[in-house]
Amino acid sequence: MKAAVIVFPGSNCDRDVQVTLRQVSGVEPVMVWHKESSFENVDLIVLPGGFSYGDYLRSGAMAAKSNVMREIASRASAGVPVLGICNGFQVLTETGLLPGVLMRNADLKFVCRDVHLKVESSQSLFTSAYETGQVVRIPVAHHDGNYFAGDEELDRLEDRGQIAFRYVDAVGEMEGSANPNGSARNIAGVYNETKTVLGLMPHPERLADPQLGGTDGEGLFKSLLESLS
Amino acid sequence: MKARVYVTLKNGVLDPQGKAIEHALSALDFQGVDQVRQGKLIELDLSESDPEAARSNVAAMCEKLLANTVIENYTIELDS
Repeated sequence: MKAAVIVFPGSNCDRDVQVTLRQVSGVEPVMVWHKESSFENVDLIVLPGGFSYGDYLRSGAMAAKSNVMREIASRASAGVPVLGICNGFQVLTETGLLPGVLMRNADLKFVCRDVHLKVESSQSLFTSAYETGQVVRIPVAHHDGNYFAGDEELDRLEDRGQIAFRYVDAVGEMEGSANPNGSARNIAGVYNETKTVLGLMPHPERLADPQLGGTDGEGLFKSLLESLS
Repeated sequence: MKARVYVTLKNGVLDPQGKAIEHALSALDFQGVDQVRQGKLIELDLSESDPEAARSNVAAMCEKLLANTVIENYTIELDS
C-alpha cells in the first residue's frame, strides 16, 4: 500500500501519520506539498491533522482551495481512497468531498484528551479490521470539531450508513458527557456516499504503537492495508 | 470601489460564541440584550467600477470561499 501524505503550511501531524503508515505497511509514504498540482499514483491519500493556513477564515477553508486539492478531488471521484484526520476532515468538508461542517466546539474550549468511539460498521475499507459496534479509545485534539449538518442531511447519512464513528462512553453508550464537542448525533467521522472517503476528528495515528500507550488506532491503518494491498 | 461582505450564521445554527458574548454582557450589567449573534466583516478594494459587475463578482467569491453556505449567509454592500 503506497500512500501520499499531503503537507499544508501549518500541518503538524503529517510526520505522525507518515510514521504510522510506514510501520503498518512497510512502504515509505510520499510527502506531497500543497502547491503540487500532480503527484505519483498512490493507493491512498491522507490529509493530516494540524492548522493549515493558521485556520484563517474557517478551519480548512484555505487548504480546500489549494492546487493539490483539485487533483485530490479528481482522484477521489475516480475512486482513490482519501482519509482526512482532524484538520484533514475539515478540509474535506470545505472541499465538498464530505457533507456537513465542523464548527467551533460547543463549549468554546480546545479539547485534547482520549475519547471512546463506536465503530458503526466493519463494512468499509477503513474499518474491516474492527468489529461492528467495537468501542475503541482514540485521542482528540481540536477546537473546531463540532459536526453540524441539517436534520435531513443527518437522516440521509444514517440511512446510507455514512456515519463511520460516534463518540460514546467506555461501555459504548451515547452519553451526553461522552460527546467532547457538541457534534450532532455524536458524530466523530463520516464517509462519502461510496465509502471511499473518510473524515474523522480523532487521531488514530496517535495510538497506533504500544510505546504511545495503546494500539486502538492501528486497526484503521491495518484495514486499509488489508483492503488496498 | 469598496465592497463590504457580512458573513453571518444562518438562523437555527447554534452560535456558542454569540452566547458567550451575551453572557458576558449580562455579567457586565448590560440589560435588555435578548440575543447576540457573531459574524464576520470582510472588506474588499475592487478595481471594478460597475456596481452590477462588482456585485456579481463578489457574490461568486462568497459562494466559492468567503462563506460556507451550509451554515452561513452573506450580504454585500458596495461603496463607490
